[in-house]
Amino acid sequence: MADYNVMEMMIAVAARELEDGATVGVGTGAPCAAAMLAQKTTSPNLVIMFEAGGISPLLPEMPISVGDSRTFYKAVMASGMCDIMETCCRGFVDYTFLGGAQIDMYGNLNSTRIGPDHQRPKVRFPGSGGANDFGSFCWRMMVITPQDARRFVEKVEYITTPGWLKGGDSRAESGLPLNAGPYKIITNMGVMDFEPESKRMRVISVNPGHSFAEIQDNCGFELLKATEIAETKPPTDEELRILREEVDPYRYIIGR
Amino acid sequence: MEVIDQGIGRLFTDPDPDKARGFFRGKSRKMTDKLMSLKEAVEKFVHDGEYLAIGGFGANRTPVAACHEIVRQGRKNMGFAGHTSTHDFEILCAGEVFDKLDIAYIIGLEARGLSPCARRYMQSGKVEITEWTNYSLSARLKAAAMGVPFVPTRNVMGTDTFHYSGGKIAKCPFTGKKLMLQPALYPDISVIHVHEADIYGNSRVRGITISDLDLARATKRLIITTERLISNEEIRRDPTLTAIPFYLVDAVCEVPFGAYPGNMPYEYFSDEDHLKEWLNVERNPEEFKEFLKRNIYECKDHAEYIEKNGGIKKMNELRVKEFLIHKEGNNG
Repeated sequence: MADYNVMEMMIAVAARELEDGATVGVGTGAPCAAAMLAQKTTSPNLVIMFEAGGISPLLPEMPISVGDSRTFYKAVMASGMCDIMETCCRGFVDYTFLGGAQIDMYGNLNSTRIGPDHQRPKVRFPGSGGANDFGSFCWRMMVITPQDARRFVEKVEYITTPGWLKGGDSRAESGLPLNAGPYKIITNMGVMDFEPESKRMRVISVNPGHSFAEIQDNCGFELLKATEIAETKPPTDEELRILREEVDPYRYIIGR
Repeated sequence: MEVIDQGIGRLFTDPDPDKARGFFRGKSRKMTDKLMSLKEAVEKFVHDGEYLAIGGFGANRTPVAACHEIVRQGRKNMGFAGHTSTHDFEILCAGEVFDKLDIAYIIGLEARGLSPCARRYMQSGKVEITEWTNYSLSARLKAAAMGVPFVPTRNVMGTDTFHYSGGKIAKCPFTGKKLMLQPALYPDISVIHVHEADIYGNSRVRGITISDLDLARATKRLIITTERLISNEEIRRDPTLTAIPFYLVDAVCEVPFGAYPGNMPYEYFSDEDHLKEWLNVERNPEEFKEFLKRNIYECKDHAEYIEKNGGIKKMNELRVKEFLIHKEGNNG
């Protein structure tokens, strides 16, 4: 088995979630690398969409911005933001990857601020961008993030992007499109999904060299545990080769 | 429609479509020569206290030259649509141009990191903010372009993004479902950078359009900066290529490399070294002041800025990068 780093592991795990023929709304960074890896391995017909308007490009390299020329290089269409988001809202987009400074047990994400005063925050982050939109509309939202108790918190200070809100049926009651929401959380230590009734985060697999206890120790809230916890499959030699040679040869992402 | 909940954020612009119609009724429909310098266009059409919107997406097809000119002329107390704003936001923060802000995406330059200058300004308490999302602001521009007071969407409900917005949640009269009502956004003045335009303002855009088709129609006044002027005959040769018709436009300014150091699709790629230089130098406010003096305040125009940062040689390198010619091994 080849040596690999945690970023390569997370990208490989994320890529395997994207089946052939699916649609995915992505940003820059690890999600884009995962989508590119999926396209070059199991899912040649994966449709990648960028919020600024790029539809199904043949990405020649990693984009720097979700609106730069690479996002519609040899694309089938160079469209616009309303078209992409409305396509998501109509139920055409299967997956999205999002991130944030904080995440809670229901998968709610904060990418707006730290500190109680909204008009004068202690730390200001970029805000929603298209995250709330993708998170509201795409069927299955995933997160690739380091496992860290400062990030996995009991209560996010600000819900920028909806997860399962307060759990149970609260998301459906809010008015957001039905049956869409957080699906998998992929970290350097394991993979979590959400228990179907309570909508609470639940560990379903642990990465080689880690344990459930370690994941729990690096999480600010109580995690549920699947009846059977699998060991996450590490990246194969072929996945690593493609990732290193074709997807990210300059190691912009996998070198982090 | 029964309103169920409303955000606490202030609306900085009036969504009343009849007031907008009143304005548009008085706007000239004449196909006249609108060519002028960018300096003149900003003097004439961008005023203190008004609401500004910028086309493009962050550092892609953004009218950077116009942002510099607005800072150079010292505009203040404006409202601003922080819609997918990155390098444009960074420039406008450096000039403290706005003090009212609709936020979708600010401070960050995506994969490049966060702007220290923009962050300082946003944490200073000098700016009144209302929260939206990229799609929310696109939808608000779309409502204005439609000439209606709002459009319904299905995002943001259940979140703080809604709570700090200026939107309302209402019950759909057909299905009983909850809907977010996005109030129309009619900016006073907007600037869009395009590939080609004639002297009347008929404009062509290549690649993704982001929200610019709606923005051009929603805004009360519009400045077009263009990579190249083309003839009206060329516009009429293939009208399918026209994205923005002349009657929406108040000024046309020919600004080659007007999106530099950003990316202009099919023309030149972004100058990542120079964008990194911005982010680095911002860490030190004193050094940043000197940097702004050199690159904005003491520049006559965009051509001088480009000359100071690598000139034509650099532009050619960025063109090679845009067309991925270096990938084919044709560039050493």
